Amino acid sequence: MSDAIAKTPEGKLSDAAIRRRMLTEFWFYFSQNKGAVVGLVVFILMVIIALTATLIAPHDPTMQYRDALLLPPVWQEGGRAEFLLGTDPVGRDMLSRLIYGSQYSLFIGIVVVSIALVGGIVIGLIAGFFGGWIDMVIMRVMDIILAFPSLLLALVLVAILGPGLTNAMIAIAIVYQPHFARLTRAAVMGEQKRDYVSAARVAGAGNLRLMFRTILPNCLAPLIVQATLSFSSAVLDAAALGFLGMGAQPPAAEWGTMLAEAREFIQRAWWVVTFPGLAILISVLAINLMGDGLRDALDPKLKRS
Amino acid sequence: MAMLNIRNLTVRFATATGSFTAVDGIDVHVDSREVLAIVGESGSGKSVSMLAVMGLLPDTATITADEMTYDGRDLLHLSGPERRKLIGREITMIFQEPIASLNPSFTVGFQIEEVLRINLGMTKAQARARALELFKAVGIPAPEEKLNAYPHQMSGGQCQRVMIAMAIASKPRLLIADEPTTALDVTIQKQILDLLMDLQEEYGMALILITHDMGVVAETADRVVVQYKGKKMEEADVLSLFEAPQHPYTRALLSALPENATGDRLPTVSDFFQSEAAR
Amino acid sequence: MFRFILSKLLYLIPTFLGITIIAFSFPRLLAGDPVLLMAGERGVTPERHAELSAQLGFDRSLPVQYLEFLGRLLHGDFGNSLVTKKPVLTEFLALFPATLELGFVAIVIATLIGVPVGVLAAIKRGSWFDQISMTSALVGFSMPIFWWGLLLIIFFSGFLGWTPVSGRISLMYYFPNVTGFMLIDSLLSGQKGAFASALSHLILPSVVLATIPLAVIARQTRSAMLEVMGEDYVRTARAKGMPQRRVIGVHALRNAMIPVITTIGLQIGVLMAGAILTETIFSWPGIGKWMIDSISRRDYPVVQSGLLLTAAMVMIVNLLVDLTYGLINPRIRNK
Repeated sequence: MSDAIAKTPEGKLSDAAIRRRMLTEFWFYFSQNKGAVVGLVVFILMVIIALTATLIAPHDPTMQYRDALLLPPVWQEGGRAEFLLGTDPVGRDMLSRLIYGSQYSLFIGIVVVSIALVGGIVIGLIAGFFGGWIDMVIMRVMDIILAFPSLLLALVLVAILGPGLTNAMIAIAIVYQPHFARLTRAAVMGEQKRDYVSAARVAGAGNLRLMFRTILPNCLAPLIVQATLSFSSAVLDAAALGFLGMGAQPPAAEWGTMLAEAREFIQRAWWVVTFPGLAILISVLAINLMGDGLRDALDPKLKRS
Repeated sequence: MAMLNIRNLTVRFATATGSFTAVDGIDVHVDSREVLAIVGESGSGKSVSMLAVMGLLPDTATITADEMTYDGRDLLHLSGPERRKLIGREITMIFQEPIASLNPSFTVGFQIEEVLRINLGMTKAQARARALELFKAVGIPAPEEKLNAYPHQMSGGQCQRVMIAMAIASKPRLLIADEPTTALDVTIQKQILDLLMDLQEEYGMALILITHDMGVVAETADRVVVQYKGKKMEEADVLSLFEAPQHPYTRALLSALPENATGDRLPTVSDFFQSEAAR
Repeated sequence: MFRFILSKLLYLIPTFLGITIIAFSFPRLLAGDPVLLMAGERGVTPERHAELSAQLGFDRSLPVQYLEFLGRLLHGDFGNSLVTKKPVLTEFLALFPATLELGFVAIVIATLIGVPVGVLAAIKRGSWFDQISMTSALVGFSMPIFWWGLLLIIFFSGFLGWTPVSGRISLMYYFPNVTGFMLIDSLLSGQKGAFASALSHLILPSVVLATIPLAVIARQTRSAMLEVMGEDYVRTARAKGMPQRRVIGVHALRNAMIPVITTIGLQIGVLMAGAILTETIFSWPGIGKWMIDSISRRDYPVVQSGLLLTAAMVMIVNLLVDLTYGLINPRIRNK
């Protein structure tokens, strides 16, 4: 691999070339894991579906067709071609609602991970960088948050903030944030003893620069893996909150909320229960497959075996 | 007819980036009661060939050889139970990292008694008594107490003595020692080597000593095999090797010994490559 | 070892205080006036409001209120439910065995299947068994268990009619509550069919609850085994001529179990979260359902104390896991 790398006249690799080589190497290890590639493809598909929902969805997801209540999917007797996956109890098209639901899941994942990641990194950097009593206090608070079962704490937070999608996302992000803080702190404490940090310090780099420019880029790998895991857990937990009536509120086409509305019909109409759950499972599985691949590709311990 | 006979042994490892040849057409033979040293720097495949003999290589390794026999028995195509009749009984091995080589979750007493009970069919009490004798034989201080110790409670030298005690427990005919002193303090190294040589004499075993240390070779071996990058460079009895090394690599190894240094700089083996490249 | 236990216990104190602070803050942060919540829908006069406030202690300064709160906790007073008017602790203790039974059976299922599957997958790395079991584990790990439960109900209760849909035991059986565990009590009662009924009620919820821990345990066991099997001491065991069974079952497994036991312990928190969903789906009368019902009924004393008790329980379990870790790991035990 290294033969193909462009070299600058001094024989040193240019920044762009280093980055390109890292990417090539990353992709080499990532693509070794077939599941990860499948996960990536499914995830990209999901993103495309979410982005083009308005174009590809056959119906308005909230439109109620009064003449088409609880229609089965098209291949079953009584199904109609205009409703491929059937309709729900108030006559809304399942397929369109599922398509729009992908927007919710992606949005939830992105928002939750962003809040938890940024919050966790800042808190972890501060704790790891300054140490002493600041570290003590911060880490005890993180321990306290982690002592609660995540879903229960999220539920209680939603009870305080009031039910709804925004509050559900904030609650989940708060619950996830300690994982990022712990990882960042551990990485910072490990990196801080290294020579390159001392060198930067001697060269007169300020605290902020040291934290964000020098140390942070070197502890990204575990954070990226954790972010992927949190993305999938966020989709799951948001759906669970929706299912319990504390997340996105009807008539939102959020998959968990759809399941909650469908619960009473499980004995009569399998499709209103099966499809939203399947959508959740597939998207979460795709992201977790990607996460496994990322871990293999980013974890140097596993690389050389 | 030698006791252990290996002809044209090749070991390849499958890796993520392709196949890697660790041992490339090596011949080795050992007679009973003989001390053979296999010398080479790290990565020269000297441990790998002996691990192949023991059947301890991972599944990623492919082993081929024209011949690999012990007492005329083919080691390449042994079934599991057949192999276990030899390995751990007639052929035993000790390793480079004595502390890591012992199981951290069990006492060293358990680990040696296990050999005695399972391989030699002793009862618990017999095994206990014999383990104590062996611990005394390898010079472990306060042996009764140490039987109940865990590896992390003992020093590296003591752990290596435990390993040696386990290796001689079944009175083997061949002991393979893979860099047995490399991980130890200099003062302990000598003691362990002396112990190995004494036991070799006492038990009448053959000993294969894998090392990178020419000094160790000079003190112990009858015969020497020099290995480099998976290939055999030279084979000679120890006197003629030190008197008149034939291969330039051997000469490079010997000149890298501090006591052979001339001038104010210690020569390194990489000088060998430069002289090779210059040719 | 004693110092190890002591340090773990001391470590818990600040965490526990933090948990009480969160529980204490909960009704005070709650959207809406707790006094009005307590008074119910009829509303109150300003005088009655002040009186209730004083009665609940909301009129004093926060630090004083907090100390009073701690004092009441130390006396075992966790407040009364707004709905049933019964002490929260009494309700908790009455419902807890149901959750414990469900959780216990779930963790047993997860461990008894997860550990052997993980070990086998590691030994036969790359085989069909490895690939299929690890793919299934990832599916299980990704499973929305509230949906999984519904699917199982559709299939086993609806389609096959094998299992009941909700509750802990059929209404036709009645026997005294001895241990609180339906499986044991039904056996003790000696009534014909009672045990079978309890078991058929328990099986689906426990399978649902076991799904994610099972997946996590299987994956963790596999990777721990793979790591351990590359260790020098496993090579030594082989070099000693130990049979494969013993190399794996004794030398490798014993060491691989150290991280796995930690993982199993950490699943208790996951189980409590899962119990909320599982108990809701199967109308299982346990802590999870009680909590979610109380949240939607805004029965804040129940939520407050339930939160506290649940967190304390998870914390104690984690402590026990840490201690077990010390017990099975000689490197800690013999410090």
